[in-house]
Amino acid sequence: MSKATFRISRGSGGDLTPADYEIEIGEGMVVLDAVHQIQYEGASDLAVRWNCKAGKCGSCSAEINGMPRLMCMTRLEDLDLSQPVTVEPMRAFPHVRDLVTDVSFNYRAKKSIKPFKPRKPDNADGTWNMKQEDVERVQEFRKCIECFLCQDVCHVLRDHHKHEEFIGPRHFVYSAALEMHPLDTEDRVADLKKAQGIGYCNITKCCTVVCPEHIKITDNAIIPLKERVVDEFYDPLTKLFRMFKPKK
Amino acid sequence: MNGYTTHEFDVLVIGAGGAGLRAAIEASGNGTKVALICKSLLGKAHTVMAEGGMAAALGNADDRDSWSTHFADTMRGGMYLNNSRMAELHAKEAADRVNELEAWGAVFDRTPEGRINQRNFGGHKYRRLAHVGDRTGLEMIRTLQDHGIHQGFEVFMEYTVVDLLMDGGRVAGAFAYERNHGTFHLFRAKAVILATGGLGRCYKITSNSWEGTGDGHALAYHAGAEMRDMEFLQFHPTGMVWPPSVRGILVTEGVRGEGGILQNSEGRRFMFDDIPDAYSHQTSDNEEEGWRYITGDKQARRPPELLTRDHVARCIIREIKEGRGSPHGGVFLNIHWIKEHIKDAEGHIKKKLPSMYHQFKELAGVDITKESMEVGPTTHYVMGGIKVDADTQMSTVPGLFAAGECAGGLHGANRLGGNSLSDLVVFGKRAGQYAAEYASAHDMPTIDEGQVQDITQETLAPFERGDTGENPFQIQQALQEMMQAKAGIVRTHAEMAEGLEELQRLKARAATCGVQSNRDFNPGWNTALDLKPLLACSEMILMSAIDRKESRGGHYHDDYPEKCPEHGKWNTIIQKGADGTMTRRESEIPAIRSDLQGIIEENQR
Repeated sequence: MSKATFRISRGSGGDLTPADYEIEIGEGMVVLDAVHQIQYEGASDLAVRWNCKAGKCGSCSAEINGMPRLMCMTRLEDLDLSQPVTVEPMRAFPHVRDLVTDVSFNYRAKKSIKPFKPRKPDNADGTWNMKQEDVERVQEFRKCIECFLCQDVCHVLRDHHKHEEFIGPRHFVYSAALEMHPLDTEDRVADLKKAQGIGYCNITKCCTVVCPEHIKITDNAIIPLKERVVDEFYDPLTKLFRMFKPKK
Repeated sequence: MNGYTTHEFDVLVIGAGGAGLRAAIEASGNGTKVALICKSLLGKAHTVMAEGGMAAALGNADDRDSWSTHFADTMRGGMYLNNSRMAELHAKEAADRVNELEAWGAVFDRTPEGRINQRNFGGHKYRRLAHVGDRTGLEMIRTLQDHGIHQGFEVFMEYTVVDLLMDGGRVAGAFAYERNHGTFHLFRAKAVILATGGLGRCYKITSNSWEGTGDGHALAYHAGAEMRDMEFLQFHPTGMVWPPSVRGILVTEGVRGEGGILQNSEGRRFMFDDIPDAYSHQTSDNEEEGWRYITGDKQARRPPELLTRDHVARCIIREIKEGRGSPHGGVFLNIHWIKEHIKDAEGHIKKKLPSMYHQFKELAGVDITKESMEVGPTTHYVMGGIKVDADTQMSTVPGLFAAGECAGGLHGANRLGGNSLSDLVVFGKRAGQYAAEYASAHDMPTIDEGQVQDITQETLAPFERGDTGENPFQIQQALQEMMQAKAGIVRTHAEMAEGLEELQRLKARAATCGVQSNRDFNPGWNTALDLKPLLACSEMILMSAIDRKESRGGHYHDDYPEKCPEHGKWNTIIQKGADGTMTRRESEIPAIRSDLQGIIEENQR
C-alpha cells in the first residue's frame, strides 16, 4: 500500500480554501474512491455529487489537476502521485459547497431549445422506418451523459460568462441531435444564431478534448450547425432573394 | 431553521427514473398539477445505467413472437410467483410503450428493413429487446426527460423525501429536504406515486448507484402499505470483480446476447453442465447450435449462457466455490472468441458493446476485443416491493401508488433481463393515469402538524449529536457488509438469524450517529438520513427470506436447496404491525385466469 495526498477545495459560495488529505491507496482506485475514503475517515461533510460511479450518469464532474474530468473515470495510476492531486469544483457554474456547483443553467438552456417534432408516421401502426446508417450520426450525439464538462471548459462560459446569450457545447450537441434526426421537422437555425449564440464559438475544440464519451463535438455537431446558420443567413444569393421576397 | 415551505399539487411523483418520468408525463395534462421530485439531478437516476435493452414483443427481429409468449416467458422466469395480471398487462402494452418512445425522439438500433432492432436475452424465447448498443437506459431516460420538460409538470431536483404524510389512513403528501441548502419542504398532494427504484445499497457489492437506498420501499412500509416478496433479490451474474474499486459495476447481459460465453479457469464452458428441466427443450447442448442461435437461426436453441439470471449466477458461484474461478474470485466472460466466426469481430464488439469496451479499457485496463473479462454476481435488482393493484398501481394505502422497481409483483421470484425498462414505462404510465383520476375524485387531504414536528425533529437529530456521534458512513458500511454476508446470494438459516440480531445492533448504532457542520450539501447528514430506509429494507429482506424454506429464483436457501411446490402457492407479505414492529405472513396466490393458464401450458411444451 502506498499513500497519496489530495488537495481538495473546501468552502461554500465560492469562498474556497484548499485542504490536504493523505490516504492509503489501493490498486485500481479512481479519484472518486479517494474522496469517499476521505469522507469515511472523518470528513463526512465533504460535499461531492456522484451517482453511478461507472461513467454513465455524468454527475461527478470536477477539475482534477486543472483538467475537467469525471472523478469516477480518473484512475490514480494515471496521475502523478508524487505531488498532491488537486480536486476542484467546475468553474463555469455558481459554486455551492466544496466540489459541488449549481448546474441549473444547463437545464434552463435545454428548455429553450425547441423539442423534437416528428414527421407523420410511415406505417399504419404509427411507426417509422429508418436505416441504421441514417441514425448513426444522431446516435453519436445521443451518447452524451450531460456531465457538462464541455460547458465547464468552454471559454465563452468559463471566462466570458455569456450564460444568458450562449447555450454552450452540450446544447449544440443536443440541437444537432434534433436537427439531424431523420424524423424531425422543426427548424432551430434562427434560434441557434440569435438567442443561443452559436456565433460565439470560435472552434477551439476544448469541448471535444474533455468529452468523456469521445463525441466529436466541434467537428460533427457545432461546425455543421454553423454551416446551416451560414446557409440560411449569410449566403449572398439567399440574401438577395430575401430582399426581393414580399414581406409576410 | 426548522421552518418549511409548503407546496400543493394534485399528484406528487417521487423518483425521476423511467417510471417516475413516465408517470409525471401521463398525470400532467387535463389541468392536473403535478410535481416530480428527484433525489439527484434530472436525468441521472439509476435508469441511466440500464444497458441491454427493453423487452417488448414487437416481432421485428422474429415474427413468431407475440405478447402471449412474452407473458409465458415472464411467468416462467418468475417461477409463477408473479402477479399474472401484471405480467399480462406488461406483455400486452410494452410494444406500444417502445413505439411511443420512438415518437418522442428515441433512436433505437435498426433492422436491415429499417425497423427497431431486437436482441437476444436470457429467458426470452425470441429476440425481443429493443436496444441502443449497450446504453438503452440512457436513451430511455433522456427521451423521457427531454419530452417531459415540455409537459408542464414542475421538477424539484436534489430533493430527498424523508417521510410520507398521512391523513388518517390516506396519504396526504410528503416531507422532503433540499440537498444544496438543507431547507425543508412540505408537499401536500391528493395522490402520491412512489417511483424510487431499488435498494441495492443495502449490500456491499452492488451495481446500484448511491441513490438505491430503498426509499420508496421504506416510505410505503412506514405508511402501513403491504410489501410483497421481499426475499427475492436479483444477483446479476456478471458484475466486474477487479480492480476492487469497481467491484459490482454491471457488465451487461448484452455481452452474452451478442455471443459472449462463460468459462472457468480450465477454459470450460461450464453453463453446459447444468441446464434446468424447465428450459432443456429450448436450450442448446452444444457450441455449434448455440452460435447458430446467436446469428439468428430460427431452428437453433439458445446457448446456456442465456438461461435466467438466478441460475447463471448460481452456476458462477458453484465454479468459484469449487476452485475453478478466475484469479480475482470471478469467472471469465469471453466475447473475443466470436472472431472464430466473424470477420471484423473487433469492430463488431465496439459497435454493439461500446460502453463495455470503454468501461473495461478505462477502469480495468482490459481490452475485451482481445482478452476475457473477469465477472461475478452483483446485487442488482429487487423483485419484491410495494404490493399494488395490477391495473391501477395503487398500493394498499389509499392515494398511494407505486411503479417500477419499488413496486412488486410483475417479476415474481426472478426478473428477466429487459423486463425492467418495459416495466417502468408500462406501469409508470398506468400509475400516472390512475393517480390523476384519483386526485380529480378526491379533495386535498389535511396535514397533521404533530407528524410534521416529529419528522423535522428526527431529521435534525444527527446534528444535535454532532461530532460525538458515530460517522454515518461507517454505520452504512457495516450494514452493507452484514447484508452481503448474511443475506447474499447463498443463504442459510443460521446466518439469516445472526443477520436479524446484528440488524438490531445496527439500528441502535444508527440512533447514535452524528454529523458535523451545517445542512448545505452535507453528504454525512444525507447518509445519516439514508440509514433509516436502508435498515427498514434490510429487515424486510431478512424477515421474508428466513421463512421461505425452499430455493426459488432470487432466493437461494442452502438448507433447502430445492424448489418446493407447496411454497409456490403463496407470496410473502410484510407489514408494519399495530405496535410498530415488523410482521410477516403468507398470502395465497389467487388462481390464474383460465385463458392465461392455457397460454402458460401451451408454452411449456
